[in-house]
Amino acid sequence: MKTKLLATASICAALTVPFGTVMADEDANLIIDGEIEITVRAPAPDHLENLDEIFSGWVYRATETQALQADDFENPGMIFVDSGHDLWNTVEGEAGESCASCHGDAEEMAGVAATYPKWNDATEEVRTISMQINACRTEQMGAEEWNLDKSELLNMTALLASVSRGMPVNVAIDGPAQATWEMGRDLYYTRTGQLDLSCANCHEDNYGNNIRADHLSQGQINGFPTYRLKNARLNGVHSRFRGCVRDTRAETYSVGSPEFVALELYVMSRGNGLSIEGPSVRN
Amino acid sequence: MNFTRRNTLWMAMGTAIATVLPFKAFADVDADIAAFTGGADVGSEGITLVAPEIAENGNTVPVEVNAPGAEAIMILAAGNPTPAVGTFNFGPLAGSQFASTRIRLAGTQDVVAIARMPDGSFVQASQEVKVTIGGCGG
Amino acid sequence: MADNVTPRVRVPRDATAGETITIKTLISHPMESGQRKDGDGNTIPRSIINRFTCEFNGEMVIDVTLEPAISTNPFVEFEAVVPESGSFVFTWYDDDGDVYTETKEIAVS
Repeated sequence: MKTKLLATASICAALTVPFGTVMADEDANLIIDGEIEITVRAPAPDHLENLDEIFSGWVYRATETQALQADDFENPGMIFVDSGHDLWNTVEGEAGESCASCHGDAEEMAGVAATYPKWNDATEEVRTISMQINACRTEQMGAEEWNLDKSELLNMTALLASVSRGMPVNVAIDGPAQATWEMGRDLYYTRTGQLDLSCANCHEDNYGNNIRADHLSQGQINGFPTYRLKNARLNGVHSRFRGCVRDTRAETYSVGSPEFVALELYVMSRGNGLSIEGPSVRN
Repeated sequence: MNFTRRNTLWMAMGTAIATVLPFKAFADVDADIAAFTGGADVGSEGITLVAPEIAENGNTVPVEVNAPGAEAIMILAAGNPTPAVGTFNFGPLAGSQFASTRIRLAGTQDVVAIARMPDGSFVQASQEVKVTIGGCGG
Repeated sequence: MADNVTPRVRVPRDATAGETITIKTLISHPMESGQRKDGDGNTIPRSIINRFTCEFNGEMVIDVTLEPAISTNPFVEFEAVVPESGSFVFTWYDDDGDVYTETKEIAVS
């Protein structure tokens, strides 16, 4: 046990789970359909002071869950990528354009998802890829925004992630994005809620340990949007943040809030060097 | 050891949850088995059931059944509110009497597979699958 | 009908006569079990795919009865013998009466 916090949690685990825990193969490698090599372990980026190595959440999952992501047919998240392809080619809005009218095939977007969240010069803000998609819809297509972390937008982000799979996360944290990144870092290390936990308490201090029967990951978001067995659908990053913050018994920020945009930039930067692997499969 | 207030809280929570474990079976699986077998004796050779010993989430548990020569294989989850899960009926062009699917388990319980053979006999395999309760899972 | 129900199947494009091939099928469907309650405490009615069949040139490969304990987005993997070139027909039957079908050709050499 790495800290006292998890020593207490382990007492709880011993009481509730007499049969032990799900074992993951932490040395396994992920190659999707025998073609796309996913980097699930990498040296920590220089800006991470407290970690030497970074790990995809895939590493911590049970063998059966890991296997679901190694085959695009078995990965239920790929259903939503198919829906994303349909949306990509759908003409919507006053301009009579689809995504494809400007961008061509969705495959042309390879690498884009690996650079978001990203500074936007025109609006002088950091944009998540969801914000950028909605900006495209309102400004270029004359279409309605999609709801954040809801089906159409999740399907589109799943499509954009899928065409970047295997490419390294590489978000910029300096220059104009630096202030937002620093805000995200502060949020990451701020304890919240009645349980008085920061992101770091679980995902930096205790990854690899068990919290009751759950195998704690580093909380990397390179695999989002992610298909969770728990709710059998795609889940967005901000919704996942809400779940975590809620579990500290705190009032959460809302999906799309400046705080979560900053936190997304910061957490994504913690995965610089891991592969984009969305839509991933998690528990 | 010294108990801090937080330690004690964690332990109290753990005990409260421990009292409701292990998962209690609600339904009697025997009726479903009798309906399938007509009350015939059930052997245990010639059928395999593959399921994880510990399932990461009860919502999606992969299971495989294989009973060479079988006409049909029924899967039951003995501890679910309704135990029936599904029945695979193999036709003349089945390449084997193998099938794989993903099932829901309401808690730790036995998963049972029963095959009906062409001679009217039945064989059965079962395996306990432990369903973990997550730590937080957001 | 349930929203956005999309069947997917994976069948090899070709095979040799008499070869046993592996087929994987997945259909997007909520498989509402009838066991859950909504926010007001009312039971959400059951709505599932209750039967799935695969035929090859009109002859049965597998006929599956599905119950509410089958997971969301039902997945079924099985094996088929292919005696000649022809087409697989996959059919999913929804509680609400809808039927979804998918066809895949296979060339036997």
